[in-house]
Amino acid sequence: MWSFIHKLGSPRWFYAISARLMPWFWVAAALLIAVGSVWGLAFAPADYQQGNSFRIIYVHVPAAFLAQSVFVGMAVAGLVFMVWKIKVADMAAAMMAPLGAAMTFIALFSGAVWGVPTWGTWWMWDARLTSMLILLFLYLGVIALRGAFASRDSGSRAASVLAMVGVINIPIIKYSVDWWYTLHQPASFSVTSRPTMPLEMWAPLLIMVLGFYCFFIAVTLMRTRSEILRRESNKRWVRDLAVEGR
Amino acid sequence: MAFDSFQDFLAMGGHAPYVWAAWAVTAGLLGGIVLHARAERRRLLRHLQRRERRERRLADQQTTNSHPTAGHRHDA
Repeated sequence: MWSFIHKLGSPRWFYAISARLMPWFWVAAALLIAVGSVWGLAFAPADYQQGNSFRIIYVHVPAAFLAQSVFVGMAVAGLVFMVWKIKVADMAAAMMAPLGAAMTFIALFSGAVWGVPTWGTWWMWDARLTSMLILLFLYLGVIALRGAFASRDSGSRAASVLAMVGVINIPIIKYSVDWWYTLHQPASFSVTSRPTMPLEMWAPLLIMVLGFYCFFIAVTLMRTRSEILRRESNKRWVRDLAVEGR
Repeated sequence: MAFDSFQDFLAMGGHAPYVWAAWAVTAGLLGGIVLHARAERRRLLRHLQRRERRERRLADQQTTNSHPTAGHRHDA
C-alpha cells in the first residue's frame, strides 16, 4: 500500500501510466458528450411546463456536478500533498483549480440564462445560487493564493489549506435546497431514489454527467503531465524525453 | 425526434436565445480548455527540446574544442 502510494507519487511513473490511461478518457468524453448532446438537444421530449428551455439542464447539471467534484478532488489532492508530501498531488491540484472555476462559471451562467424564462429573473440571492457564487470565489482565491508567494512550496501549501477549508462549502451547496426555502429546485438525481423524470429525459443527462467526468479526468491528466515536464525539467528522464520530442 | 423541422429545432419553441446561449458558452469553454491544454503541452515540449539540443550541442563543442567562436547558431 505504502509502496503503491509512493510509486504513484513518482512523477516519472505517473507520467508513464497517465499516457496509457488518458486516450481512453478522451475517447469516452468525446463519445458521451456527443451522444448526450444530440439526444438531449434534439430527441429528449420537451418539458410539459418549461418547454424547450429545460434542455439547458444537459449542460447546467453536469457542470454543477463537476464544479463541486473538482473542488473535492482538489481538497483531497491538497491533503495528500500536505500529509505525504507527494508533489504530483499538488501539481494535479494546481491544474484542477482553473477547470473547476470554468465549470462553476458554466453552472452559474447556464443557470442565470435558464432562470429568465423559468423564474422571470436571472439572479436571486437564493441559498443555492449564493453558495455556488461563493464556490467560484473560492476557486479564484485558491488560484490567486497559489501565485501569491515567492516560493512555490509556500504557495502550494497555502492553496492546499484553502482548498481543505473551503470544502466545507460543498455540503452547504448540496443541502442548501433542503435547509432553506429556495427558488432552486431540489436535486434531480439521487442515488437512493428513482428518478422523477422519464427515462428519455434523464438518460441523456446521465450520459452528459459521465461525459463531463471523463472530460475532467482527461484534461487533468494531460495538464498534470505538462506540469510534471515544467517542474521536473532538469531531471535526466525529462531531458532525454525532450530530445525524442515525445 | 422532438422537433418537426430543422427550423423548429433552431427556434427551440421560442426559447432559442436561452438554450443556445447556455450551450454555446459551455461548448466554447470546453473547447477552449482542450485547445489550451494542447497548446500548453506543445509549447512546453518544443521549449524543452530546443533547450536540450542547444545544451547538448554546447557540450559537444566543449569536448571537441573546435572553434568555439565560430559556432553556428541554428537556434535563433
